[in-house]
Amino acid sequence: MQIIIVGCGKVGRTLAEQLQEEETDLTLIDTDADKINTLTDNIDAMGIIGNGASINTLMEAGIESADILIAVTASDELNLLCCLVAQKTSHCHTIARVRNPIYNQEIGFIKERLGISMIINPEAAAAAEISRILRFPSAIKIDTFARGRVELLKFKVMPEFGLDGMSVFLITEKFRCDILFCAIESQDRVSIPGGNHIIHNGDLVSIIASPQNAALFFKKIGLKTNQVKNTTIVGGGTISYYLARALMAMKIGVKIIEKDKERCEALSDIIPEATIINGDGTDRRLLLEEGLRQTESFVALTNLDEENIFLALFAKTVSNAKLVAKVNRLAYDDIIDSMDIGSIIYPKYITADYILQYVRAMQNSIGSNVETLYHILDNQAEALEFIIRENSPIVGIPLSELHLKKNLLVGCLNRRGVIRIPRGQDTIQVGDTVIIVTTNKGLRDIRDILER
Amino acid sequence: MNYSIIVYIIGWILRLQTAFMALPVVTALIYREKDGSAFLITMGLCLLTGAALTFKRPSNSVFHTKEGCVTVALSWIVLSLTGALPFTISGSIPNYIDAVFETVSGFTTTGASILGNVEVLSHCILIWRSFTHWIGGMGVLVFLLSLLPQIGGYHMTLMRAESPGPSVSKLVPKVQSTAKILYTIYIGMTLLQVVLLLLGRMPLFDALCTAFGTAGTGGFGILSDSMGSYSIYIQVIVTIFMILFGINFTFYYLMLSKKFMPALKIEEVRYYLAAIVFAVAVITFNIRHLYSHIGLALKDAAFQVGSIITTTGFATTDFNQWPELSRTILVLLMFMGACAGSTGGGIKVSRFLILFKAIRKELLLYLHPNAVKKVKMDGKSIPHEVVRSTNIFMSTYVLIFAVSVLIISLDNYDLITNFTGVAATLNNIGPGLELVGPAGNFDMFSYPSKIVLIFDMLAGRLEIFPLLLLFSKSTWKKF
Repeated sequence: MQIIIVGCGKVGRTLAEQLQEEETDLTLIDTDADKINTLTDNIDAMGIIGNGASINTLMEAGIESADILIAVTASDELNLLCCLVAQKTSHCHTIARVRNPIYNQEIGFIKERLGISMIINPEAAAAAEISRILRFPSAIKIDTFARGRVELLKFKVMPEFGLDGMSVFLITEKFRCDILFCAIESQDRVSIPGGNHIIHNGDLVSIIASPQNAALFFKKIGLKTNQVKNTTIVGGGTISYYLARALMAMKIGVKIIEKDKERCEALSDIIPEATIINGDGTDRRLLLEEGLRQTESFVALTNLDEENIFLALFAKTVSNAKLVAKVNRLAYDDIIDSMDIGSIIYPKYITADYILQYVRAMQNSIGSNVETLYHILDNQAEALEFIIRENSPIVGIPLSELHLKKNLLVGCLNRRGVIRIPRGQDTIQVGDTVIIVTTNKGLRDIRDILER
Repeated sequence: MNYSIIVYIIGWILRLQTAFMALPVVTALIYREKDGSAFLITMGLCLLTGAALTFKRPSNSVFHTKEGCVTVALSWIVLSLTGALPFTISGSIPNYIDAVFETVSGFTTTGASILGNVEVLSHCILIWRSFTHWIGGMGVLVFLLSLLPQIGGYHMTLMRAESPGPSVSKLVPKVQSTAKILYTIYIGMTLLQVVLLLLGRMPLFDALCTAFGTAGTGGFGILSDSMGSYSIYIQVIVTIFMILFGINFTFYYLMLSKKFMPALKIEEVRYYLAAIVFAVAVITFNIRHLYSHIGLALKDAAFQVGSIITTTGFATTDFNQWPELSRTILVLLMFMGACAGSTGGGIKVSRFLILFKAIRKELLLYLHPNAVKKVKMDGKSIPHEVVRSTNIFMSTYVLIFAVSVLIISLDNYDLITNFTGVAATLNNIGPGLELVGPAGNFDMFSYPSKIVLIFDMLAGRLEIFPLLLLFSKSTWKKF
């Protein structure tokens, strides 16, 4: 597998370090000769000095035979241009890092019309990760796939839920939640449930659902999620914005403390429901005044790593809040981990992890029509992503009338960037992205989901 | 300094040495020669030591430039010291220092010999001499890199320390694949030459030895008059292949991957070929009266120019007898050498290109003191670091040259002998002029002088710095 990475900053470097462990041929492009030289000294990769959006540089890097191009330079526009140029010259998949929130709202269009395989927004990804930490207790395991768009939540069925002996169909009827049971593990066997599957106490159940619906469902069956009710965020950067939006959608109260007056005004403009405090987050008196002792969670997202760590340590001494601190640069993660400050978020690792997951999923799918293939539930099941490019026997027929194979279900449909959980009356259309969850290994084409 | 990883790699080098010696052993079996036992003894020694040193993988595989240089320098020394054993054990070269001279001359692809008459040697000794050229041509560590799975991030440092030229670039992203590609091209071209030589009715043994000598740009012959007594066809084939092996291997890789335009645009290759054409033309004109036919003059001129510029050192005629202009051109070509990234030695065409361009830039700066100008090659600007290290290389080179000439002048031979003797060893060529000319040899030098020349050969092949680092105190300090 040939991979080209444009931009050798923090993320580019982390990616290169991780990818060289796998069976990949790496080529790195950067305009800075020093960066390329130090990196290629330590990593077994080819270095090219030049502008990654220039066709000549890309040709030199072997774009024609490349499988993936990853653009992670500091500039959004350059990243997008790299991907566009690459796409015009070869059939490679392209991944761009785009962090401007304005583009982020148009992500569907960019992916669809510009044909970029994956857009990664480090701030949004970090915010999603933090919101996950705040939303669920560790009893619920969360798997994400399809580039983080789909969440798989796994929990154990307890007697107090009163689900014992009910069929999947009945549960969905009774609770009226838009969720999909996608896998049930009982006695070490994973099965993909049909509507008549009976659930027993002690089963490990995995569901696909949007975060809101999952929370609703857990509430209805009486599973305590220990979801926090409010949070204090120090620092009003882009991550804070995404995080505040995600949390408010879950009805979690958000208080943001930000030093810069103008930024505060901008924030209050775009997220009016949040409480915006203009003040120095390192001011003890201010923090206590704003109810640090009572807060259920505390997130330190200032631009200074050291400040974040100290703030989290301080919050730990005065409250019982769940703690999250962001660390951008520090290389001493082992020491920070040993300090026991709740959860530490490393945006560069999160970004690299998302991209790596995609690259691996692509590697798995080489030689078939599968777009990407994820191993989920400890490798016992697979989630396959197909793009429906042409008319085939499955298009236009309601799912309930398709003769699907056993142990297989259509997990979710992505129609023009909108994710939906399919029901029996839904149909698959040309242009949709479909995610199939199955324990049958070796599917190579979307037609293979049908029983023959 | 991470000693354990250095020892580990040297262990691997010894194991490789064992494998290399299989060739002379097979030769000895075919020709039923008792010298084969000398190789078997050496193989046993190398295998035992090698196995002991590589018994355990070092847990600490941290590898930096320092370790890379020391590993490469020590590997070559170990290779030479063990490679010399069969010569002494079999009694072909009784004195060990002489044997080491001969082996170093082989591995560094110099081709300078201390033997007056090579025709009395057994076949297995002869093929080992020539085979050392082939091994040394592309480099042992590059070979090792193509075999050994990656342990740490040390690949590039090793390759940089061993490969000739001002800056080393990979052909493909992975060092291991690059090393494999280089060796595939190398083996392919060698086989092609063997086949072409066989078509010229050369016996297989001679063809192998000649091809090894040509491919590594070494120059050990198996006859006393080098290539002189072979047919014109064979001489032409050898001429062509010498010149081909002096070309940057990137050129062949680009050709193979059908990128003809970028390949033909490599400046170094163009200037290299231009230099050959120019030198051949002038020398042919200069020596035409010595020959009955201008074609013969052209053939000999081309052979000698190809042999000297690629630092091979084969000869079809005693060019020591040529007019002064031709001799001077040949001596100047000795310093120029072949392309970077080829198997040839010398200072390298690309270094001269960089130096000339740097001089032009300096001149411009005299006229326009505030001008900003970058030194460019192949359309890309050369980092200042490379220009600086090229300058330092030249200064060090001149210094070593001067000191070597000074030391061997103690033996009281004439200046041309000493000067060209050092030039021929430091540039890995082989024959010089006068007493060390194509008809002479290096045997008359005293042992201290021979040791100086051994050092020069290694310094020339490893491009000076890795070897000099061995003598620096701070290399061996723990902190």
